[in-house]
Amino acid sequence: MAADVRLATEPFDPSAEIGTFARAHEAAGGVVSFLGQVRAGEGVEALELKHYEPLTLPGMRALAETTMARWPLAGLLILHRSGMMQPGEPIVLVCAAARHRRDAFAAADYAMDHLKSDSWFWKRERRGGAWHWIEPRAEDHADLARWG
Amino acid sequence: MARLVFLGRLEDLAGAAERPVAAGPLADLLAGLEPALAEALQARKVRLALNGTLVERDGLVLAEGDELAFLPPVSGG
Repeated sequence: MAADVRLATEPFDPSAEIGTFARAHEAAGGVVSFLGQVRAGEGVEALELKHYEPLTLPGMRALAETTMARWPLAGLLILHRSGMMQPGEPIVLVCAAARHRRDAFAAADYAMDHLKSDSWFWKRERRGGAWHWIEPRAEDHADLARWG
Repeated sequence: MARLVFLGRLEDLAGAAERPVAAGPLADLLAGLEPALAEALQARKVRLALNGTLVERDGLVLAEGDELAFLPPVSGG
């Protein structure tokens, strides 16, 4: 079955999304979800993600296909925000449904590592009223290397 | 005309997300830009997409209506 891959420019409701996803895959014994949200505190007033229309969503779809091909999944949801976000707001939700939990954990982990390190998003934070672009982190590339 | 698209911090440097330019060889086009911007666009880590497809920069020539995007390293989702 095809993965559900979406790029959202407005806030989404993670619990509603997870509920819908779990109900759509009742035959799967395990559903793993990961929610990434804007860190509160640390002086960040807002976060903005920018994407490039011709590349970003096609890249997410390709990642979903690779993930589905690598593990026996009943379903996969990749939902990613773009645009302006406030602290505490959801950024990304990945849900993987599988007959066995380890496949669901691994698939969600794999999809997140790739979303973090090689998907087409550029991120900036507003601190003290000034915007700062976020540079790539070496850890993200190290995370990617885990998957060979 | 063709169009340049600047992502991430390159947008700040260019002062806009897009800029119309005359079609022609990329090298000529870069020579006509502000030196600081041209230098940033030529950084090895900046990748290029022509009409939505990643391309190599060597010998690139823009045709009428082309969109060339400059993609700095991504900062992760």
